[in-house]
Amino acid sequence: MEIPYTYKPRPDTGLYNAKVGIWLFLASEIMLFGALFSSYILLRVTSPEGEWPMVERAWPHGLLNIPIGTFNTAVLITSSVTVVLAWAALKMNQFGRFRAYMLVTLLCAFGFLGIKSFEYNEKFTHYELRLKDGKVYTGHIEVNGKHAGFWDFGSIYNLERLGKEQVTEVSFTADAPKPKPGEKHAEGAVHEHKAMPVKVADIEKLDAFILRNHTFFAIYFVVTALHGLHVLGGALVLGYFAFPGASMWRKNPEQFTNRIEVAGLFWHFVDLVWIFLFPVVYLL
Amino acid sequence: MSDHSKDSVAHADGHDHHDIAAHVRTYLVVFGALLVGTVITVGMYYVHFDSMAVTIAIALFIASIKAFLVAGYFMHLMSEKKVIYSMLAVTVVFFFALGALTLWSSNDMPRNSEAKALYVP
Repeated sequence: MEIPYTYKPRPDTGLYNAKVGIWLFLASEIMLFGALFSSYILLRVTSPEGEWPMVERAWPHGLLNIPIGTFNTAVLITSSVTVVLAWAALKMNQFGRFRAYMLVTLLCAFGFLGIKSFEYNEKFTHYELRLKDGKVYTGHIEVNGKHAGFWDFGSIYNLERLGKEQVTEVSFTADAPKPKPGEKHAEGAVHEHKAMPVKVADIEKLDAFILRNHTFFAIYFVVTALHGLHVLGGALVLGYFAFPGASMWRKNPEQFTNRIEVAGLFWHFVDLVWIFLFPVVYLL
Repeated sequence: MSDHSKDSVAHADGHDHHDIAAHVRTYLVVFGALLVGTVITVGMYYVHFDSMAVTIAIALFIASIKAFLVAGYFMHLMSEKKVIYSMLAVTVVFFFALGALTLWSSNDMPRNSEAKALYVP
């Protein structure tokens, strides 16, 4: 039995069924990301006044790498235009062009994930250090002469773990000060851009820039990782349609073109979420 | 089994090759506008405004224009069927209701919480 309305419009909606289906799905996705955006706003507007890290629970600013985030935004926008151009190529019966655009889309998708993964690693290896004498630092640690490797969760330390492993001293390299736009220099926090020995007994708090450390990191990782999963899922579907699934083009070109349109709608949604995520988490 | 031919793809929804070629030009213009929008958004970050509210408003305004371009042109919402608009209208209402409910909860902070309530009666 043939599935109805895969390419002919259904008389009551005026659309093929998959298009109604994808928009219903995207509506549920809007609610999913809406919940996370609302949570972000709530966490942010109710956080204590002041500047992190000087005020421990205040909202941090400028922790994410803006040039990298900007580049990744351009990568995702490029993938969004290439996927719609791939659909247009099919509409014009240009299968070769379709495949070329899909390839560029896939390269952009995996490029985006690769860059994000690099950014994540930067956070897993970055630390907040608060000493009992009130001094506050951000920077990188070395424990027993070892640096953390790429995505090396085993080398993430906090005070509790240092105690358990009976480490008495760590080497800490503080970040250079990063003043906010419009300010001449960062105030309050002490920064020395060279490795210094720190006695564990003098530490009040030590933790990496990971979810448990701060609500900012919690919401940042949850929302960007969920977005990243959408990029990965979308890339797998687009990859399927670009290669093994493309055999449908010979048997049923209209249905195949509609499949690309539907997959493209999902991809544009992923781009749309990033359009809001980028300024919200990187710039504001 | 269906009896489609490849020539029928462009005509299935009333588009011919000429229409599609015009769409392609629009997509490229939108692509350029999105990149320019991104550069402006980042540029605004380096301009210091005294008010955080102004900074947020400008950033979200530019993001909204970019979102309009993606949804309107890449997702074809500029010329979509009524049923899609109806679904999205309901979604927008629930989206803002969900946001309002979440923010409302900020007036119900746990005791001894470090977080500040938005509204203190």
